Amino acid sequence: MEDIMLYVHIPFCVKKCLYCDFLSAPADGESQSLYVDSLIREMEQKSLVAKGRNISSVFIGGGTPTILSDANMKKLLEAINNIYKLSENTEFTCEANPGTVTKEKLMLMRKNGINRLSFGVQSMDDEELKLLGRIHSAADAFESYKMARECGFENINLDIMSSLPGQSEVSYAKSLEKAISMNPEHISAYSLIIEEGTQFYEKYHEDVLKCSKGEKTIFLPDEDVEYAITKLTEKMLGEAGYHRYEVSNFAKEGRECRHNCGYWLRRDYLGLGLGAASLIGHTRYKNISDLSEYISIYNTAANTDKKDTLLRENSIATTENAVHENGVETSNISTYENREELTVMNEMEETMFLGLRLVSGVSEKRFYEKFGVEVTEVYGERIRKLTEQGLIKKENGFFSLTDRGFDLGNNVFSCFLFD
Amino acid sequence: MSIDQSRIRNFCIIAHIDHGKSTLADRIIEKTGTLTDREMQSQVLDNMDLERERGITIKSQAVRIIYKSKAGEEYIFNLIDTPGHVDFNYEVSRSLAACDGAILVVDAAQGVEAQTLGNVYLALDHDLDVMPVINKVDLPSAMPDEVEKEIEDVIGIDASDAPRISAKTGLNIDDVLEQIVTKIPAPTGDKTAPLQALIFDALYDSYKGVIVFIRVKEGTIKPGMQIKMMATGATEEVIEVGYFGAGQFIPCDELPAGMVGYFTASIKEVRKTQVGDTVTDVANPCAEPLPGYKKVNPMVYCGVYPADSAKYGDLRDALEKLQINDAALQFEPETSLALGFGFRCGFLGLLHLEIIQERLEREFGLDLVTTAPGVVYHVHKTDGTMMELTNPSNLPDPSEIDFMEEPVVAAEIMVTSDYVGAIMTLCQERRGVYKSMEYIEETRALIKYDMPLNEIIYDFFDALKSRSRGYASFDYELKGYVKSELVKLDILINREQVDALSFIVFKGSAYERGRRMCERLKEEIPRHLFEIPIQAAVGGKIIARETVRAMRKDVLAKCYGGDISRKKKLLEKQKEGKKRMRQVGSVEIPQEAFMSVLKLDEE
Repeated sequence: MEDIMLYVHIPFCVKKCLYCDFLSAPADGESQSLYVDSLIREMEQKSLVAKGRNISSVFIGGGTPTILSDANMKKLLEAINNIYKLSENTEFTCEANPGTVTKEKLMLMRKNGINRLSFGVQSMDDEELKLLGRIHSAADAFESYKMARECGFENINLDIMSSLPGQSEVSYAKSLEKAISMNPEHISAYSLIIEEGTQFYEKYHEDVLKCSKGEKTIFLPDEDVEYAITKLTEKMLGEAGYHRYEVSNFAKEGRECRHNCGYWLRRDYLGLGLGAASLIGHTRYKNISDLSEYISIYNTAANTDKKDTLLRENSIATTENAVHENGVETSNISTYENREELTVMNEMEETMFLGLRLVSGVSEKRFYEKFGVEVTEVYGERIRKLTEQGLIKKENGFFSLTDRGFDLGNNVFSCFLFD
Repeated sequence: MSIDQSRIRNFCIIAHIDHGKSTLADRIIEKTGTLTDREMQSQVLDNMDLERERGITIKSQAVRIIYKSKAGEEYIFNLIDTPGHVDFNYEVSRSLAACDGAILVVDAAQGVEAQTLGNVYLALDHDLDVMPVINKVDLPSAMPDEVEKEIEDVIGIDASDAPRISAKTGLNIDDVLEQIVTKIPAPTGDKTAPLQALIFDALYDSYKGVIVFIRVKEGTIKPGMQIKMMATGATEEVIEVGYFGAGQFIPCDELPAGMVGYFTASIKEVRKTQVGDTVTDVANPCAEPLPGYKKVNPMVYCGVYPADSAKYGDLRDALEKLQINDAALQFEPETSLALGFGFRCGFLGLLHLEIIQERLEREFGLDLVTTAPGVVYHVHKTDGTMMELTNPSNLPDPSEIDFMEEPVVAAEIMVTSDYVGAIMTLCQERRGVYKSMEYIEETRALIKYDMPLNEIIYDFFDALKSRSRGYASFDYELKGYVKSELVKLDILINREQVDALSFIVFKGSAYERGRRMCERLKEEIPRHLFEIPIQAAVGGKIIARETVRAMRKDVLAKCYGGDISRKKKLLEKQKEGKKRMRQVGSVEIPQEAFMSVLKLDEE
């Protein structure tokens, strides 16, 4: 059977960052414990999905997973190891925020199979960090990174964010230079996107308003600065021995994030925890995103009655699901708030707009094997137009973005959507 | 029930905008108990949402109320509310023809304004008795004595016993009601004479068909009667007659001479009902029609297009429906290379345009794109003929043009003395020709200018308000046409001319206009994969240029936790956004860009 990947979501953080629109919020220790218990229950319920399948990667993301107490972390990791069949080769990543790790915790994580860390460094400039509402300083990042190395982690990613308020090419270059000097295996360099519903969104719009009244504000870099920063990133990372393998990901040879590539290649993944998304076969799922609801569904001790009711309510709705071939819904309990059956056309769209994010691009052969039709039969006209515009190219049986295509990816991606 | 003509009072309320006309109407209706408290809502007669929101009256409305006088006699009041804005003067004049008298409301703090004068003159033209009322005496800034004197000095009517009221608080409304009885004459007319009734409005009701609003001058109209519209010649059988309750139609047996009310007939074709026409009895016709109204001609034209080209038919239906009771609205089909099929519509002014546009969008759920408004130019050709140009695209080749004329209005601006300088500067900037200035009182002046209409149709009103901090008021009327140096300004986007963006402009302003237009379009047109020159040209000569630079960076950053659905939604949104744009050559132009030129003069 095909490999499968696991994503485990920890929706907690010390303090919500100003730009963050992920499912995450501060919570007390008791809620965290209840959540971990529920999460383990969900893993058990959904263990069938991965039965007999090799787990190629596990990714614990957040929030800030390292905010969990050592006891909770241990419980969670042991459960993952017990329930799923991890191998020597499984890439096992955990996100961490500078300042939230201790030697004890890192040792515990390593002992329980985690072999890759991803630090949300974002910037190495304290002013910028403050603007983002991050809780750590550049010195914290150095410190935590050093600690991880001392604990034996050999595969570390640093997240670096560009297009920050008031950022210039110069300040960004300094920040990136510091990150490079730390010599991580992988750098994720992406630009800030102002998402609706975040504190930044409101602040930014206030700024626009103020600016229209002639007041001085901290502005976000415009498209030209953003462009310059992208070019700078490619150049600096290239010179330092990191190659780009995806729109915003750079790695040393052989250190590409397997889990990340799996998303773009549309490998199956099982999402566990609050709001987690899954792709199993031809179906995408998304878990419910209300924490107390999630806990009450899974936490037997806390709410037996409620669970019984839910079980009864769901047993009817999920009778047909109970025999679902992939087993993702064999449990009586459904935590999905959204379930999308993908049509062949959806899958073609995804294959293109996700696959093209990778430098390697979309394999003509793989497309044909999967859909039984040539990619050029489906997308010939669009491919011709995009090629003419210099946004994509074809080499050795792969369609991929040109340099300009990488800068203007959205124009390419949206082109592959059907009407 | 027989109606005693001497107990009928047909009147309207006229006022400058914001002087409290609709509020006074509310109080009168409230005091006479026509509506229960539950039914009472602010601005009863402004029943369009748009009217309530903007606090203005757009359409005339009528209501019948019963008033018991202090002497214990019962009177029928037919109150007709009228619009205050200069753009809707024609509506006012229609309503006035149905009345015998008018209540003039003057704000105790603001005094006599340009439109106060305009409306009084209109009322006097219709031989109405004008009864002044001083409103808002509860305001701290109220100066009722000064205002009383002003009414007498400026307007020349006796205001010594004008009720001093507050329509807001209800103060002295009883005095107003009593004066309606004593000061406004009862209607005249013989109810046994041949029917002669004036159509002053009409509306379309999906159940009843066309509802015709009439003032019966002579004779009586009742159901079953065969009637004839004298101008269109249409004959119909009357199905129902009635009067206006507040917000509803109340049927009755007959409407005798002197009454205001409505009738319905099996009128299929709305065009057969023309406001201003005279209705008479087929069996016993009157000798001649009533004078009717002065025909109103649109002064401002613009292209109106459905944002979704499939809605062309819906737009036509909607315009036809609006035209039933808005004779001033004119439209004819036109096509644009950039915008497809639409209509060239004529309006009385920019407010009228805005109102119609909003009504089309709200009442008919249409999404519209409008082009820059223009006026009617007279193009005198070398062959001696003259064409009326309403669409810049139709301008003949310069070699065929002898000369052109543009409409000029006589503008009257009332302003406090502090802002006289600023307002005069504004008028000069807009090519105004100074006529006169007189001080109505020590601190307020009436300035008169002759101004080209095309200089005031964009945003003159806004500029006036901002430069006078809201203290200036403005009225105008068409004076005639004068010879002018005019040119057609074309806009080229990526070297292709966009017809919907062309407009006629005074030669001396062409450069400035062209430059601003390019600047504005540069902001509106998103970056494309290639560089897009935006040029303004007069007669093939480029006079201004801006460039929309090529797109450099547009890519979604990383995707979190495998939430692909969300990523796809973002891409779909981007794609959808492109679909809503108008394709001109290889450039996608957002619909807003076509309208942004309306706001060209914002500083």
